Amino acid sequence: MPRTDMMKEKGLTLVDAINETLAQEMEQDDRIVLLGEDVGLNGGVFRVTDGLQKIFGEHRVVDTPLAESGIMGTAIGLAMAGMRPIPEIQFEGFLGPAYDQLVKHAARYRTRSRGAITIPLTVRVPVGGGIHAPELHSDSPEAIYAHTPGLKVVMPCTPYDAKGLLLSAIRDPDPVIFFEPKRVYRSFREQIPEEQYTIPIGQAKVVTEGTDLTLVSWGASVFQCLEALDSLPEDVSVELIDLRTIYPLDVDTIAQSVEKTGRCVIVQEAPKTAGMASEIATLIQEHCFLHLQAPVQRVCGFDTVMPYYKLELEYLPDAKRIAESIGQCLAY
Amino acid sequence: MPSRTVYTANIDFIQILDEHGVLDEKLAKDTLSDQEVLDLYQFMIRCRALDEVAFKLQRSGRMGTYPQNKGQEAAAIGSGYAAKKGVDYLVPCYRENAALFMHGLPMHYILLHWMGDERGNQIPAGVNMTPLSIPIGTQMLHATGIAWAFKLRKEPRVAITYFGDGATSEGDFHEAMNFASTLQVPVVFFCQNNQWAISVPRESQMNSETVAQKAIAYGMPSVQVDGNDLFAVYKATKEAVERARGGGGPSLIEAMTYRLADHTTADDARRYRDPKEVEAWQGKDPVIRLRKFLDAKKLWSDAQQTKLEEEAKEMVVEVVKRAEHIEKPTLADIFDYTFAELPAELLKQKQTMRTSSLGQNPEQVGLGAAR
Repeated sequence: MPRTDMMKEKGLTLVDAINETLAQEMEQDDRIVLLGEDVGLNGGVFRVTDGLQKIFGEHRVVDTPLAESGIMGTAIGLAMAGMRPIPEIQFEGFLGPAYDQLVKHAARYRTRSRGAITIPLTVRVPVGGGIHAPELHSDSPEAIYAHTPGLKVVMPCTPYDAKGLLLSAIRDPDPVIFFEPKRVYRSFREQIPEEQYTIPIGQAKVVTEGTDLTLVSWGASVFQCLEALDSLPEDVSVELIDLRTIYPLDVDTIAQSVEKTGRCVIVQEAPKTAGMASEIATLIQEHCFLHLQAPVQRVCGFDTVMPYYKLELEYLPDAKRIAESIGQCLAY
Repeated sequence: MPSRTVYTANIDFIQILDEHGVLDEKLAKDTLSDQEVLDLYQFMIRCRALDEVAFKLQRSGRMGTYPQNKGQEAAAIGSGYAAKKGVDYLVPCYRENAALFMHGLPMHYILLHWMGDERGNQIPAGVNMTPLSIPIGTQMLHATGIAWAFKLRKEPRVAITYFGDGATSEGDFHEAMNFASTLQVPVVFFCQNNQWAISVPRESQMNSETVAQKAIAYGMPSVQVDGNDLFAVYKATKEAVERARGGGGPSLIEAMTYRLADHTTADDARRYRDPKEVEAWQGKDPVIRLRKFLDAKKLWSDAQQTKLEEEAKEMVVEVVKRAEHIEKPTLADIFDYTFAELPAELLKQKQTMRTSSLGQNPEQVGLGAAR
């Protein structure tokens, strides 16, 4: 699909980048089938697959019945039979019915068949809060899937990273959950290469370099971190790391940074207990014990049910809470 | 406003070889030749022999939990025989071993599986099937997806998936039926209705008179057959397979059969089944029934039977030997198949067989002491 004048002039949104990546790879690989609820004619509820059915036809961009286990289970069957399915689960809250298929089968098949049957599929899922959505449309369940052996989990938050990581995910021989932070879907535009490129799964990105403190985040929270950095005194030097991939985790990039800074704050939308921040904090104490100047801090969603949208911005880590935690960690 | 009927349906039941071994010649036309029946009978005896020995292996502590297939062999063999070996694809649960063997699964794979060894699931190249599936009903969606791939690639191939009566209560059964019929993919849903889901009888499992009628809701052809009748199972499955192959979409077959043994070796069916019921079904055993048929047609003799049973015994000894005389898998195997390429932390766990950081990197212990 040719880029619009708007894209040429102002760049691509996250939605544009994902759409372009899907179109370009589908053009080259006729094993790819997109399936999900409303992904065809309607282009998905977020319009991520907009226009793709028109180009590739109803057989490759398929409006399925409204049943997430069915979507995931048939995608697994397609993958078993040599296709490259890309199911969309409309919101992360609806991963529940698909969980059984994803965790019991997709994640386990290579192991349980000792390599005889593999499941190359990319599950696209809008994730996270901040868009005034109804109940169960705003959760952050990435840790559940990172805890599942056999699954890879990625969550890019920029158009550039989304394009490169989605292509890696599609070409990966194993199941990958591709979380798309919906708060960032159209929040900004970025000029990115039109030709295909990949970003390896499992590599974090240093967003800003710094020497006083390491700030680790992923997904939409990266932008709250940037906002927090803007509010800090000029002489405070913070290194911001965007994980981009949740599993496998890029320990080296985090450890190298914390060895340098001695202090770390981790920011996640998900509830605090047993989330990815807990895992990262553990890895930091394992790898950087003698370098630490302060306890590793976690700025997270509360250990409550994600509230309805009137209170969601108070629930989600915001620049104020992040900046405050950075200040406390530096003062320790 | 007058009311009117907007939909009516009925379910046919097919029996060709009754429990006395009497064949309905008219219905049997174009099904199985005498030679085919002879071959399949002998195959059935071999499968039964393996099943009996598998039970004994568990009882003597040489194998883990095992779900016996006893009594359901006609359903597995008749349906498996209707599919094309090397072309069509089987997606089983765990009580249709004979169909898998018929399509090329080496027999010792099943023993390996129940001996706690994933290599029993390492389906050889060219053998078209998924391994046994343990969670109930989830595999029907895989079969639907596999059949969908056949349709997309315009390959004249069919997937057959097996499940029990209990599985038809699972959501995945209904999602698979709905996807398959909506997408019109070449899949055959083969229900072995053995009357019991562990301890729960059909009438507690569902309010439907039949499993077959569940297909009506999905606009899918269905039929109920005597599942202990090799002819009826073959005929119904053949029709469904060829309809699917010809672009006619999915079908549901309900094979009425009976689990003559316990659910698994960990179960004791005497706790919940009336012995009279079991006794009645023993009279309908597919092995006995086929033997009666062969005897009546003078196609088989006691001497041949004795010879066959001896051969089967010898064959089973060899199968057990293959399953038992395999080297224990290495612990590295549990890592090597997690992903195509191991992430760094997994590689470290594999190399050190440790998860603790000081265990993975003992030099760090010295670093702490030096401080």
